[in-house]
Formats: sequence, structure tokens, C-alpha cells
Amino acid sequence: MKEELIVSGRNIPGVDPHLTLWHWQIPLYLFLGGLAAGLIFFSSLYVIMGKEDKAPTAVKWASFITPIALVIGLAALFLDLRHKLFFWRLYTTIRLESPMSWGAWALLIITPLSFVWSASYLRELVPSWDWKFKWLNDFEAWVIKNRRPFAWLMIVLAVILGIYTGILLSAFNARPLWNTSILGPLFLTSGLSTGAATIMWMSKDHEEKKLFGRIDLLLITIEVFFIIHMFMGFLASSAVQIEAAKLFLGGPFTVPFWTFVMILGLLLPAFLEILEWKGYRIPAAVPAFLVLFGGLMFRLIMVEAGQITRYLY
Amino acid sequence: MKHTTRRDFIKISGAGAGSLLFAKPAMKAFSQVTGDGTIHPGEKLHRTPTYCEVCFWKCAGWVYTDKKGKIKKIIGNENDPHCNGRLCPRGTGGIGMYYDEDRLKKPLIREGKPGSQVFREASWEEALDYIANKMQDIKEKHGPECVALFSHGTGGKMISHTLKAFGSPNIAAPSFAQCRGPREVGFTATYGEDVMSPERTDIRDTRCLVLIGSHIGENMHNGQIQEMSAAIDKGATIITVDPRYSTAASHSKYWLPIKPATDIALLLAWIHVIINEELYDKEYVKKYTFGFNELKDHVRDKTPEWAYGITTIEPDIIRKTAREMAHAAPAVIVHPGRHVTWYGDDTQRSRAIAILNALLGSWGRRGGFYVPESVHLPKFPGPDYPKPKRTWKDAFPGQYNLVNEVLSTGICDATIPNPDLDCNLKGWIVYGTNLMASLPDQGKTLKAIDNLELLVVIDTMPMDTASYADVVLPECTYLERYDVIRTSPHREPHIALRMPASEPLYDSKPNWWIAKELGKRLGLEAYFPWKNIEELLDWQLKQVGSSLEEMKRIGVKKLKREYDDLYFLNGEEFEFNTNTGKIELYSTELAKENFDPLPNFTPHPEPPPGYYRLNYGRAPMHTFSRTANNPNLWEIKKENLVWVNPKVAKLWDLKNGQYVWLKNQDGVISSFPIKVRITERIRWDSVYMVHGFGHTEKRLTRAYGHGASDSELVTKVAMDPVMGGTGMRGNFVTFLTENPGKEVAS
Amino acid sequence: MRYAMAVDTKKCVGCSDCVVACQTENNVPLGYARDWIVENVAGTYPKVEMEIRSERCNHCENAPCVRCCPTGASHIVEGGIVLVTPEECIGCGACMEACPYDARYPHPDGFVDKCTFCIHRVEKGEDPACVEVCPTHCLYFGDLDDPNSDVSKVVAERKWKVLAPEAGTKPQIFYLI
Ligand SMILES: Nc1nc2c(c(=O)[nH]1)N[C@H]1C(S)=C(S)[C@@H](COP(=O)(O)OP(=O)(O)OC[C@H]3O[C@@H](n4cnc5c(=O)[nH]c(N)nc54)[C@H](O)[C@@H]3O)O[C@H]1N2
Ligand SMILES: Nc1nc2c(c(=O)[nH]1)N[C@H]1C(S)=C(S)[C@@H](COP(=O)(O)OP(=O)(O)OC[C@H]3O[C@@H](n4cnc5c(=O)[nH]c(N)nc54)[C@H](O)[C@@H]3O)O[C@H]1N2
Ligand code: SF4
Ligand code: SF4
Ligand code: SF4
Ligand code: SF4
Ligand code: SF4
Ligand SMILES: [Mo]
Repeated sequence: MKEELIVSGRNIPGVDPHLTLWHWQIPLYLFLGGLAAGLIFFSSLYVIMGKEDKAPTAVKWASFITPIALVIGLAALFLDLRHKLFFWRLYTTIRLESPMSWGAWALLIITPLSFVWSASYLRELVPSWDWKFKWLNDFEAWVIKNRRPFAWLMIVLAVILGIYTGILLSAFNARPLWNTSILGPLFLTSGLSTGAATIMWMSKDHEEKKLFGRIDLLLITIEVFFIIHMFMGFLASSAVQIEAAKLFLGGPFTVPFWTFVMILGLLLPAFLEILEWKGYRIPAAVPAFLVLFGGLMFRLIMVEAGQITRYLY
Repeated sequence: MKHTTRRDFIKISGAGAGSLLFAKPAMKAFSQVTGDGTIHPGEKLHRTPTYCEVCFWKCAGWVYTDKKGKIKKIIGNENDPHCNGRLCPRGTGGIGMYYDEDRLKKPLIREGKPGSQVFREASWEEALDYIANKMQDIKEKHGPECVALFSHGTGGKMISHTLKAFGSPNIAAPSFAQCRGPREVGFTATYGEDVMSPERTDIRDTRCLVLIGSHIGENMHNGQIQEMSAAIDKGATIITVDPRYSTAASHSKYWLPIKPATDIALLLAWIHVIINEELYDKEYVKKYTFGFNELKDHVRDKTPEWAYGITTIEPDIIRKTAREMAHAAPAVIVHPGRHVTWYGDDTQRSRAIAILNALLGSWGRRGGFYVPESVHLPKFPGPDYPKPKRTWKDAFPGQYNLVNEVLSTGICDATIPNPDLDCNLKGWIVYGTNLMASLPDQGKTLKAIDNLELLVVIDTMPMDTASYADVVLPECTYLERYDVIRTSPHREPHIALRMPASEPLYDSKPNWWIAKELGKRLGLEAYFPWKNIEELLDWQLKQVGSSLEEMKRIGVKKLKREYDDLYFLNGEEFEFNTNTGKIELYSTELAKENFDPLPNFTPHPEPPPGYYRLNYGRAPMHTFSRTANNPNLWEIKKENLVWVNPKVAKLWDLKNGQYVWLKNQDGVISSFPIKVRITERIRWDSVYMVHGFGHTEKRLTRAYGHGASDSELVTKVAMDPVMGGTGMRGNFVTFLTENPGKEVAS
Repeated sequence: MRYAMAVDTKKCVGCSDCVVACQTENNVPLGYARDWIVENVAGTYPKVEMEIRSERCNHCENAPCVRCCPTGASHIVEGGIVLVTPEECIGCGACMEACPYDARYPHPDGFVDKCTFCIHRVEKGEDPACVEVCPTHCLYFGDLDDPNSDVSKVVAERKWKVLAPEAGTKPQIFYLI
């Protein structure tokens, strides 16, 4: 029999018997960041392609979700901090090696810009709207005039944000479950997928709905492929990673992961989207909700399970 | 007096004061003990000398206080041979004894009629008057000898002084009949001298250290552990005989996983090999010992093969280890151990150890046993003690003639009335010992307590025993007081000072003040001619060429040895303090008392089916029951675990971390459940637990209900016929996985 | 200069004095710890082996905790000691997630804390508190760049290992085996 025990000193709340430092805040933050990245990505993309009219929801209406998501995400991040009064320290330095750092900076820039973006469509939503101040109205006009370059800026930021939410976890090599290069693209895809699903849900335009249904289906397929790939990678790797994979293959996370993420969050919506494609009438809200729910669960589970895996003891 | 219904003890009259006294100041202790954020490491601190009182080793150190007078840390004194500047975890964490918010804070007096469970706070005046009156009463009715003192720890010396002046010789410590008694009697029977404390083992220079049970590393005999480590560095061989895979075993070249209770067979076989293969120190044996031929005859048939059947240690290993010892001789130590009251034939086992050392010629040799020396401090001038007319031994006519300390359990026996014997004790003062945790057979202790007219407990903490007292006196901790000068023996004679690093917290007082004030009330002023302890200490120190002022500066002072050699047996003549003047391999003293003059192996009972031998020992970060509530040490280890072999765990379907209750052969069930640790470090016929946990006293807010108490489960005692030691390792327990209707602490 | 520590597992008895001493020296709040003791048991009774280790931050040469820190609160100073500046730490926990040894803990005051190699003592030429107190003298501290330091000598003479080398952190605590 092998026995390894910490005799003394380490019975630290949040650290032992395994790390439980990050709770729902970071997963929610990652989820909303991914969602925002997806939304911005699609809206900017269609503006750049000059096809605003093909995707009106993506470009206009869904973009109202973005700043809200970002603000809630930032609030969640703030809640996670234990030394809150020193929050401003994030913005006294840029540390390129720390995803947390450039993520925080990216959010600092992207959040106001996303407000500007949606504000510039406010008049289309509420035709009687007036900004009251002249300089605001002037600014709005300026933004509307420069939509294309603005979209370019936003798409770059969206990619940064998406990648950031993807690689935040995988930057922590110390947690075997996160120590995989697939996690970045996987979360990026998942973020795009939640974005696409949201647009699909919100859209009243039949063609746009269909378009984003297809996009989402494609993204889900890629995601499933990545997940399978991730587990195969773990199983072919070191003992600690095999153990990490086992959390999902018979271990305590098996049921939540396979039911909430794989089946309810990926396979079922994909199936519904295929049915829809085949001509069945499926209310878009159902697969969309499932995708969003799956995306959030995925992050919650990955964050919690990742903290359980360790190199020692 | 009826004391034995106890759990409702906690009631305190006068709700206001009571709740103040026992209210748990929730999280307060945290910031008190450590980082309150205001002090950064590196701040300039002031230091005062002390010597540690967390165990009897009494390492000298420095107490560091900050500008506000707050105690911050305790560090060893570099000049102290007991610790060489390094305290053990308990000494480092001794700070927690001071900060423990559960401390006794005011004198308490039992209220109302005898047997009542309610205490009230009292002034020192009132409490001391109460005690003095009762003592005088007992003196008049029964004689002064009928008050006994139990004492463990430095402060007991002062209280002893009061009691001796009062006229009682009955002063006992659990450190004899429950601890080193058999060893002292066994070694004295052999060498005419005992092993002493700290032990005179020259581990530093040894080439082979044999540990029989002695679990150095878990028992934190500070000096020994440091020297053992130095010996490991120098390549010494360590041989550990222990049924359990102890920490020492893990650092040993040989671990002999002996079947419990069979060590004498192994020792005899070793003696056999060493004689048979002529590996003994011939010159030494010839010159200094008596009875070699009788010994040789005695062990003729005690072959390793014979021992194998008893001990399960392979003959080949017995021979190899015997040769290792002989090869290293005389720089070899077969360690006498310290807590040796195991199976009732412990004096004989200690004798076998003493004999083996003699054959190897290690007594009085470098790397074996050195000759310690201590400073003799003259007594402050005062009258002689009165001559007592009776002693506790009157309850044991003809017995214990080889014993020159008082048996704690003997005091109990001499308290319980017996129509045929002179069992006359009526009052107990209990200083610095927690009898409920230290004495075996709690039922008997309680029976004795029931027959008392006075029970006084002087302690720093509301320990289990205090629940039964008529008066409880709160002493301040060692960090808040002067004490007598430490003069323990060592390679170099030396003295060490303890002085207060802080004013006593609450309404607690030092032992010297209590002793003097009580003495005054007993009309014994003449025995306390000094104004305060500073005057006493300064006078004593000046007699040996120091002063209080000097000692306050240096803490420890080494003096010159009177005899110049640490090792005396290098061929010169020497007369031992035995009947024959020799090292008695064959003990004439034991023969005279009709005990085996040469040690014999006798088999001991084995666990019945479904039961496991209850083995117990120490955890390095705790001392007995006294540190269980210490905030710093409690954080390091909050409860004891019961060690169970995986095979046994499987049989009982036990899981790691599961809580079980233990029930012993007499049907006694542990008050609290204990967590299972499944480990290969323990045999399948035993379980193991650390002594000192499972406190039933709720006022110990941290320790209460954490872990289980081995003391409760030691109801069967194997009495050592030679010296009255209480063998405590013949108890057997089984597991209860369901709550047998006991209260469970949160 | 490269500060490092060696832990002699052949001598450590797991007494936890190093843990208590660190606590009183560094005001570590009770219930938290900068160092801790691990016991490793292998085999089957009576063929058993055990290794006892006193562990703490490895002051990794390639420290992921420092890399991940978004504010620079975690940083490396002269001699390779990895430190946290409480006044710069936002308590985001990134460094804790990044440390393969779980050597850091969330201080109840909000910032993250860990072993400092007792830099306040080392600066004065003293040994760290845990090293100074250890009754078995099984902890060695010093400058690896100085071949005459205690730690250089034992690391040169003895067989050693580091913990989780596969994590790629280049730990500077050496376990003598
Ligand atoms: N940390 C700490 N250190 C202490 C103390 C403390 O409370 N805490 N107390 C001090 C005191 S007063 C004393 S007396 C000493 C006690 O310390 P020791 O003298 O070392 O105590 P023992 O009870 O002899 O040793 C316990 C060991 O004996 C083994 N053992 C059990 N049965 C047998 C057997 O049949 N044969 C053999 N060969 N071994 C057996 C157990 O497995 C265990 O490893 O410790 C002292 N040091
Ligand atoms: N079951 C079992 N019984 C045993 C042992 C065992 O291992 N198992 N070990 C035996 C051995 S080896 C020994 S030596 C004895 C030890 O037995 P004890 O010396 O009785 O040991 P403790 O239980 O630590 O009790 C010490 C008491 O002194 C108090 N105290 C501490 N400091 C001070 C102080 O400065 N002043 C005053 N007034 N009080 C103070 C503590 O609060 C505590 O109540 O126990 C023996 N009994
Ligand atoms: S051995 Fe430890 S507890 Fe005992 S006196 Fe020394 S430092 Fe104190
Ligand atoms: S103080 Fe020394 S012997 Fe004790 S646990 Fe720490 S490193 Fe090991
Ligand atoms: S052990 Fe952990 S905290 Fe220490 S330097 Fe390495 S990664 Fe950082
Ligand atoms: S918790 Fe503090 S030290 Fe750790 S990464 Fe965050 S800011 Fe840096
Ligand atoms: S070096 Fe200092 S801070 Fe680090 S574990 Fe040792 S005592 Fe604690
Ligand atoms: Mo003892």
C-alpha cells in the first residue's frame, strides 16, 4: 500500500485537500467573456464584409447584450478578488506573460467600445432617441461614419478576448487538466458558439436564424472534435493527466460533464439544429438555451475539476 | 464525598462572572497569537531568559517581546546543553500556553454541599484560607502525613517545600510509576546508579544506537534527537526494536518488528550471542562486573532460534545485530528508554538492557553512557523539615523495598480505605499533573477521590482532573514567572534561569507565591524567610558565584566539573554503589527480595479474537494531554488517529478517515470517536494512537472531543512486582462503527 | 547569488518545528502555513519504507506564479527569492492556480502569502527561522553559487531530487535522499 499524507501545516482553507480557490465567479467571467467575444466577432465580421443587412440581429440587436455581459463578467472577476481595494493595481502595469493582465487590459478597452458600438445603433432601435448633448450627437455621427475601421478594431479585440478566455486556464500548467494546448481553441470555439446561438435565438429574420444555426452547428462539431481530442491526449500522456481525464471517465465529474456539457450542451442542440435544417420546426430558443447552458456548465466544471488535479500528493 | 457524576460540572454560579470567565472569545485568539498585521517580521524585540515547561526536558531559551510587551516568539539558548539553541516544536509553540484564552483565570471553590458540581470564583485570600483550614483540620484529626502531593513539573518543588514543612513525605509524580520507575530501579540494581534525566546517553559520539521501543523523533527528547541526528551524519548504525514502524525505525539500518511484549526474549538472545561468540568486553566484564558465570549459565539455552519462536525476529538478524553492537562497542548504547511501564515485568526488561550494556562495556565510556554532573545549589537557610511518622508505604507492608520514590498509584491505594491496612490519606494537592489522563484505571482514581476530604488542583488550564477539585488555583504559565533555578545533570554542570517575560495574565499567580502564602496560613513562616523569589534566587546564585543580575543577562551559565572525566571506566578501579561494589549482572538485591536475580522471559496475554492490542505513544508536536488545547499546537495536530493495518481495515471494512469508537476488553468505550488511519506502519494484531487527546472537559474549547483518550481505555494494569510500576500495554480494543450512544463534539 | 535549501530526508523526523517556528517568526495566522510536512509510506508490513519531507515554496527558477501574476506583486528578487508584495496583490489567485506545489495560501487579510526564505533574516546574515530551529539540523540554506556554502556542499555530496520536475519549474529546494 502507498500512503502519502500531509502531516501538519497544510490544512488551509481554499487549498486543502485540494484547491477550491476559484468558485463560480471565474467560470462566469470566462463564459461571459467568451459570449461577448463571439457576439462582437460576428457583428464586426458582418460589418467588415459589408453585409449588415444579412445579419441585422448580429450587428445591431445582439450587440446590446455585449456590454451587459462584459460588465457582469467584470463584476464577477471583481467579486473573485480577495484584496479588492487594490484592484487598481491591475492597471499600473502590463505583464504580457500573464493572461490575467492582458485580459484585464483587453476588457478595459473593449467594454467601453462595446458600449459605443451598441449606442451607435440605439437610434435604429428607438427612432426618437436623442443624445441631448451636441458633442454626443456629433460623436455618434462620427462613429457611424467610421463603422468599418471601428469593426476592424473590434474584431481584433474580440479575437484577443476570445483567445484570452480560452487560454487563461491552459496558462496554468500546474493543473494537469488545464495543461493542454487544445483548451484555448476549445474555449474560443465554445465562446463563438454561444455567441452564434444567442444571435440565432434573438433573430427574427428567418434567413439569419438559419445562417447562425448552421454556423453554430459547425462550431459544435468542431468543439466535440476538440473534446475527444483532448481526452485522447490526456490518456496518452503522463500519469497525472491520465488521472485528470479519469475524473471525467468514471470519476466524480463523469455524470455532470457527460449529461450537462456533452449531451445537453452539445449533442442535443446539434441534433435539434440538424432537425431544423431538415425542415422540422424547432423553436430557436431551445437549442440556443442549451448551448448557453452547456457553455456555462463546461466552464464551471473545467474550473472546479482542474483545481482538483495536481502534480503532488 | 461524591464527585463521580461529573459531566454537569460546567455549571457556574453567578451567571455574570461565570459567563465572563468561560465565554469563548471566538476568533480573538487568532490575532492575539500571531499576525495582527501591525508587526512586521524584523522588528526589534526584547528578550528575557526562560527554560521551557512544555515538557520535563526543560530547554533553556529566550522569550522575545515587542515594544508593547507582547510575547512574539521563543528561541532556544545557544549555550544550553539541553537544546543547543534549538527548541522542539512544543517549546517553540509554548507561546500558545500563554495566549490560550481557555486558561484558568481566578481561583475556584466548589459551592454548596459535598458532591455539588457548582464552582464559584473566589479571591486568593479566601481560596488559600479554605485550603489551609482543611489541611489543619486533617492534620489534627489524622496527622500531617495524610495530605499527599502529586506533582509534575518545576513548580512542584516549591509546593513540595510547603508540604514537607507541613510534615508529609507523600509526594508523588506520575513520572515514576507510570514512566521511568522500572528503568531507575533496574539500572540502580545493576550499576548502583540510575539513568537520570536528561538521560546520560552519549548519543553524540555513539557508533551504534539500539532503541527498544524508545521512539525518539516522536518522543521529542530534544537533546537526544539532536544527537541522534548528529550520529546519523557520522554514520552510526541505528537498530530499532519496535512492533510499529516508528519514525526512528524509518531512519534505522535495522528495524526489528518485534511481536509486542516479547523484548526480554530478544534481549536474552542478544546476551546469548554476545557471550557465546565471545563478543563481550572481556576486560571490562572481568574488572567491573559481578555474576558473569551465573549469567552465562542463565542464557545458555536462550538461543536466537529460541527467541525467534517468541519474538518473530529471524535468528540471523538477531546474530547480525548483536555483532553490530559488539563491533561498535564500547561506543554503543542500548537505550534504556523512558516510558517503560509496559507489561509488568519492566524492571526485569530494564535489567536485561542494563546487563547488555555492561557486557558491551558501554557504561562510563565515550559513545556509551557518560558521567553527568549537576550544580548543587545550597538550601536557603531555614529550619529542618519535621520527621514524618507514617508514609504511604504503610499501606504496603513488606513491599517495594527497592523503591525510593513515591508511587502515584500507591497514593491512590493508600487513599481507598482498607480494613486490614493503614490507608489513611485524606487530602490531595495536585500540582501540574492531569491525573485523569496520566494514571491508568480511571475508576480507581475516582474511587480514591471519592474518599478525600480535600482535593486541591493547581494548574494553568481547566484540565479533566480540575473537575473533581474542591479548590482550583490558577497558576500563571512559565512565561510569566520566576521558578527555581534549573540544575539538571549534563556533561557540563550548569544552571539556567526562568524569569517572567510578561506580567501574569488574569488573576493567576506563580507557584512560589502560592507555596509561601499557603505556608504562611499553615503557620510555616519560618520556612519562607525570603521576601520574594528574587531574593531566594539571588542568594542561591551568589553561593555558586553568579547572581540574579548575571543570570538575567545570560540565561544559562556553565560551571566547572568537579570530576574531570566524562568517562570513567578506562581501566581504573571504581566502586559501584551496589552490595558487591561491582556492576551486578546477577542482582544480589533482587535475590534478597525474592525476585529473579537474572531476567526471565514470561509470556503475556494476547488479544482475544476481534480485539487488537492498544499501543500508544507520542506525537512530536504535543506533550501528553497538556498541549492539546494550545492554539499553536492544536493547529498543527488537532486530534489523534487510530492506526490500523490495511488487512484489519479490510476485515472490518474501515475506510481511511472514518470515525470509530473503541471498546476495550472490560467493555469501556471511548468517550469520543477517533479517525481511522489505514497504514502499513502498524501490525495486524495492534492498533496505535497518540496519548493525550479525547479531552472530556468542555472548557477546553479546542481540545474538547477531539480524538480519543488512550487513558480511558487503559483499565487493566500489569503491576510490576518489583517496584509497583503500572504496565499499561496489556489492554485490547475492538472497533464500534456505530455511535454507541455517545455525545459527539462538533 | 542563488539562494537554495536542501532538506535531508534521512534525518527529518517530521516534528513540524519548522512549521511552528515559521508561524511565530513570520506572523503566519493560525490555520495557515508557509511550510508543511509530508509523510510518504510504501511497502507492506513489515517491509516498509518511509520518507519525511519538510516542504515550502521552491523559489523556482522558472516560476509560473510570477509569470501569471497580473500586477507584478509576485516577483523575484536578488538571489532568486520569489516574493509577494501585499500592497500590490489583488488576491486574484492566479499565482496559486499556477503553483504546482500549492505553496501559497490566501492570507485572511486578502493578499496571497508564501515562504519568503525569511529574507528579513537572510539580509542580516541569519538563517531562515525554520532552518535555525530544526532540531535534527536537516535543513541547509545558503548560496548555491558559493561552493563553500552548506547547501552547495550537501547538494554536491549527496544524492538528491526535486519535487515534480516534470512541471518544469526548476525548483531550488533539494531533497537529499
Ligand atoms: N513529543 C513528545 N515527546 C515526549 C513526550 C511527549 O508527551 N511528547 N513525553 C516524554 C516522556 S515523559 C516520556 S516518558 C517519553 C516516552 O517516550 P519513549 O520512552 O520513547 O516511550 P515508549 O512508550 O517507550 O515508546 C513508544 C514506542 O514503543 C513502541 N512499543 C509498543 N509496544 C512495544 C513492545 O512491546 N516492544 C517494543 N520494543 N516497543 C514497543 C511503540 O510502538 C512506540 O513506538 O517521551 C518524552 N518525550
Ligand atoms: N495512558 C497513558 N498514560 C500515561 C502515559 C501514556 O503514554 N499513556 N504516559 C505516562 C508518562 S510517561 C508520564 S511522564 C505521565 C505524565 O503525566 P502528567 O505530567 O500528568 O502529564 P499531562 O497530562 O501533560 O499533565 C500536565 C498537567 O500540568 C498542567 N501544567 C502545565 N504547565 C503547568 C504549570 O506551569 N503549572 C501548573 N500548575 N500546571 C501546569 C497541565 O495543564 C496539565 O494539566 O503520564 C503517564 N501516563
Ligand atoms: S524538549 Fe521541547 S517541550 Fe521539552 S523542554 Fe525542550 S523545547 Fe520544551
Ligand atoms: S524541524 Fe526539521 S526535523 Fe522537524 S519536521 Fe522540520 S525539517 Fe523535519
Ligand atoms: S513553488 Fe510555487 S510559489 Fe514557489 S516559486 Fe515555485 S511556483 Fe512559485
Ligand atoms: S493573487 Fe496577488 S500575487 Fe497572486 S497573481 Fe494575483 S495579484 Fe499576483
Ligand atoms: S524560510 Fe522562513 S518563511 Fe520560508 S518556510 Fe522557512 S521559516 Fe517560513
Ligand atoms: Mo514520562
